[in-house]
Amino acid sequence: MRALPRASSGPGTPGRHTARQGRAITPYLFIAPAFIIYAAFMLYPLARAVHLSLYDWDGLSLATFVGAGNYTDILSDTRLRAAFGHAGAFIFFYAVLPCGIGLVLAAVLTRAKARGLALFRTLVFLPQVIAMVVVSVAFKQIYAPDGLLNTVLRSIGLDSLTRAWLGDYVFSLPAVGLIGSWVSTGLVTVLLLAGMARIPTELFEAARLDGAGAVREFIYIIVPSVRAELTVALTLTIVASLKTFDLIYMTTSGGPGSSTTVPSYEVYRRAFETGQVGSAAAIGVTLTIIIFLVTLAVNRISERGA
Amino acid sequence: MRVSATERTLNYAILIGFSLIVLTPVLSILAAAFGPANASAAREGAFHPGNFATAWVEGRFGQYMGTSVLVAVIVVSLSVLLSILSGYAFGTMRFRGEQGLFYLFLLGIMVPSEAIIVPLFFDLRTFGLTDTVWAVALPQVAQSVAFGTYWMRAYFKSVNPSIMDAARVDGASKGRILFSILVPMGRPAITTMVVLMFMWTWNEFLIPLVMSPSGEFRTAPLGLAFFQGQYTQGTALLAAAAVMVALPVVVLYFLMQRHFIKGMLEGAVKE
Repeated sequence: MRALPRASSGPGTPGRHTARQGRAITPYLFIAPAFIIYAAFMLYPLARAVHLSLYDWDGLSLATFVGAGNYTDILSDTRLRAAFGHAGAFIFFYAVLPCGIGLVLAAVLTRAKARGLALFRTLVFLPQVIAMVVVSVAFKQIYAPDGLLNTVLRSIGLDSLTRAWLGDYVFSLPAVGLIGSWVSTGLVTVLLLAGMARIPTELFEAARLDGAGAVREFIYIIVPSVRAELTVALTLTIVASLKTFDLIYMTTSGGPGSSTTVPSYEVYRRAFETGQVGSAAAIGVTLTIIIFLVTLAVNRISERGA
Repeated sequence: MRVSATERTLNYAILIGFSLIVLTPVLSILAAAFGPANASAAREGAFHPGNFATAWVEGRFGQYMGTSVLVAVIVVSLSVLLSILSGYAFGTMRFRGEQGLFYLFLLGIMVPSEAIIVPLFFDLRTFGLTDTVWAVALPQVAQSVAFGTYWMRAYFKSVNPSIMDAARVDGASKGRILFSILVPMGRPAITTMVVLMFMWTWNEFLIPLVMSPSGEFRTAPLGLAFFQGQYTQGTALLAAAAVMVALPVVVLYFLMQRHFIKGMLEGAVKE
């Protein structure tokens, strides 16, 4: 109907007038059922979150208005500052590292036109469909004091490196972060493989005639060609990193201390465990704003560079 | 394109090495699931498929899987129907406020559950609606409808308008055109959407965790979290339970991987 001029439906038929009146309201009738549920369970709660975030409330007694207090807390409260700092670290593990690995991996595979790519694609994408709770259980067993990782380290004589990975103040954050890398890398690689498959073969041939090696080919042909895919990959993985709740809940509960806590876990902890509902709402709203800004920024940067 | 033999070997080494990294956690949990649950079981042999039955009973997974199926059926069927209707309007009709309304739906794709879960819980508790299947399902319908509207709009926009024109000339109503022509034609797009919505709903954790505080509507992933808290020393049973929770989506993935990969890659909003 997009390209269809109104008049082409032909005037003059009896009842046309009522039909046109009906037409004016028809689109809204089709949208209404979806919109009602969407408004009630998404838009309204979102507005309510902004409202709640301006109050100090324990979930039971009377709320006190505190204005932007819950937001300034994010900057002054050490635990919250740590949580947002860890979110930055998670962006590295979920998005930056997988994009780096994915680029090299996809480039190598594209250059070689290796066989078995279809099977490889199926395998590396698998982590994306396994419930995060299940992934957490699997890695918790690997990181356990007598788990696979420590067993391997002992068997190669590196006993000094063994530790309770998830209970360690220094190593728990990268240990949990690497679970995110494990989940993301396949998605990124598959996305980039699809982008690289569209690069015309002549481009590579021309480059090789000019004597370009693998590295220059990578920098001057492959990376610029997959700019769009890289943007999508970064957006998807960064957003996923900021929504890491189940993983933290299942593996470390933010511990030891506050060494692995993240904003989404703090939302849950404050709203449902420590009775700081207003603060929880403020963290949720802040998280939403950050997701918007990051999405916008990644897309802007990629557009400007194109 | 030709590459040297060394490079070729290196490529396969990378392929295999990377596949192994992906497979290690998967295989290790499978191995644990079939392993002995305790010292006395270890004396009887190394292969224990009975762990699944034990975990199923002890972890009450019959009940949790039942809840998961119920929630998934409600969320997927409702979301698919509503998304087809709204996507049809956005994809084929022109009306006032079209763009604004569409952006409003797009917003929902980006809003994290963490932002809406706090008011959802406290407001629904006021009305006594927490601990109902609707409290668990409807917020997920809202999330899925945001994506579904975006996804179906793209499909309806891709349909050749002459098909709709021809049907209209034949006197078919808008509803008729949708359900007897466009929906059957759009089966691939709709299947992809169904598959994604099922996966998201089955794997969802935060919403059922918060919206059913008594545990009456505990879905399978929550059952697993609960089981982990209860049986701290039984890695074999926990692993078996984890495998069962992941299985429905993983099986579906192996059957319909094109839909999964296509949907998750193309479903990314680029705006």
